[in-house]
Amino acid sequence: MSLDMVVTSELCFSYNGAEVLDKVTFHVRQGDYLGIVGPNGSGKSTLVKTLLGLNRPAHGTITLFGIPQEQFGDWQKIGYLPQRLKFFNPNFPATVEELVRLGLLAGKRFPKRRVKGDDAAVEETLAIMGISDIRKRLIGELSGGQQQRALLARAIVGKPELLIMDEPTTALDPETRERFYEMLQLLNRERNTTVILVTHDTWSIGKYATRFLYIDKRVVFDGTFDQFCQSEEMTGFFGEHAQHIICHRH
Amino acid sequence: MTISEILSYGFIQRALVAGSLIAVLCAVLGVFLVLRRLSLIGDGLAHVTFGSVAIALFLRINPAVVTVAAIPIVLLSSFGILKLTDKARIYGDAAIGIVSSLGIACGVLLASVAGGFNIDLFSYLFGNILAIGTGDLVLALVLFTIVLLAVFFFYYDLVAITFDEELARSSGIRTKTINTVLVLLTALTVVLAMKLVGIMLISALLILPAVTALQVAVSFRATILVAAILAVGSVVVGIFGSFILNLPTGASIVVVNFIVFMLVFSGKKLRQAH
Repeated sequence: MSLDMVVTSELCFSYNGAEVLDKVTFHVRQGDYLGIVGPNGSGKSTLVKTLLGLNRPAHGTITLFGIPQEQFGDWQKIGYLPQRLKFFNPNFPATVEELVRLGLLAGKRFPKRRVKGDDAAVEETLAIMGISDIRKRLIGELSGGQQQRALLARAIVGKPELLIMDEPTTALDPETRERFYEMLQLLNRERNTTVILVTHDTWSIGKYATRFLYIDKRVVFDGTFDQFCQSEEMTGFFGEHAQHIICHRH
Repeated sequence: MTISEILSYGFIQRALVAGSLIAVLCAVLGVFLVLRRLSLIGDGLAHVTFGSVAIALFLRINPAVVTVAAIPIVLLSSFGILKLTDKARIYGDAAIGIVSSLGIACGVLLASVAGGFNIDLFSYLFGNILAIGTGDLVLALVLFTIVLLAVFFFYYDLVAITFDEELARSSGIRTKTINTVLVLLTALTVVLAMKLVGIMLISALLILPAVTALQVAVSFRATILVAAILAVGSVVVGIFGSFILNLPTGASIVVVNFIVFMLVFSGKKLRQAH
């Protein structure tokens, strides 16, 4: 039986009195590729931030790798790629290599912030992401696609068991977006990396995700890809035509 | 007057050594502060230093230990800025504004009660290398070691929170602790820089070498290194220049820093144009 990577129970979160998450309960098992979809303002990003401990829930519990989130400390097991960096400064003077190396900080206690093997991990990840040739370039000089690949490299360099991404393809052109999804699928299949992907891009995610979570402040649908395709409730949300396109992935 | 003759003066030797140590600290911390858009925290803490110096002078504390006496107050004020930002839901610039105005207000009130500005307070406002004694040199060396060691140990955490605080938090980095470390190190550096460039000009020493180095950045490490070299160079040229031309040292250092910035900036623009 595969391990539960994430379990939430009755998760509630409100912001300035407005309810954003209402009793959200779901779980993610090892090896899952979970697509979280939902309309604008449905609480998708809030849910991700709450999972990562960036928001404190008003009510409910979160368990990560079987440990209550408040006690969880193995952050190297989780890679996170946000939608856009909140305070990203295009003039930030770090090279791609320096940025990727920051992904190795999690779980390393002071003063052992850099250990043997880090260089090899960075090297390997740069090669996997196909960005070895731009390793010495400043991140502010890169295209949107290159920046996103560098950020994904930062997220996976520590070989996380769980990768959480919040609309990572927003700034990408269709071709780069497709390559990005293929890379994720590779990580999911070859490294058995569990993926939680928040996206608006339901058509693309329909091609790769093994499970779907449709939320609109509360969980509206939670099931496998096949269940999603047969769900009349989802037909109601997406329309028959759109649901057919999403489900016709093979 | 030859360079060796200038160097024979004890106060010049002390100013050069202390100035170089301070310049390195300001440049290193400045890179983090500028990138985090916290440049004016140096200015704010400098104003608090003004208040704390006024308190020390008002209490007739020995001028030789005024700098040391100012440290706890400035450290407390830096905590105040962090707490205001965190707990009172006030943006950083507003918190800096509140604490810095309070510092100036306390200084002016105490100076007024004491019977007006005296020469000591004036020298703290605009810097006076003659006031750098052997004690200040020892203090500079101790604080230089503490600050640089802290930056060395927390280097990766500092880079991570500077890049993106939320991303750093999601990696399990204790961002509040690192923010506190950065602000405390800045507070120590500001107190240290007070006698060299003066309270009014400290922020220039934190900002100018960093923004100059950012013009020619090739990596984060290189940016810090370039900022430190430029800062030391500017301090040395500023001290020599001010001595030869009989000009105020603090202001001369700031002007040299600005000239270096303009040269680097213009050079970059010219290179881009071709």
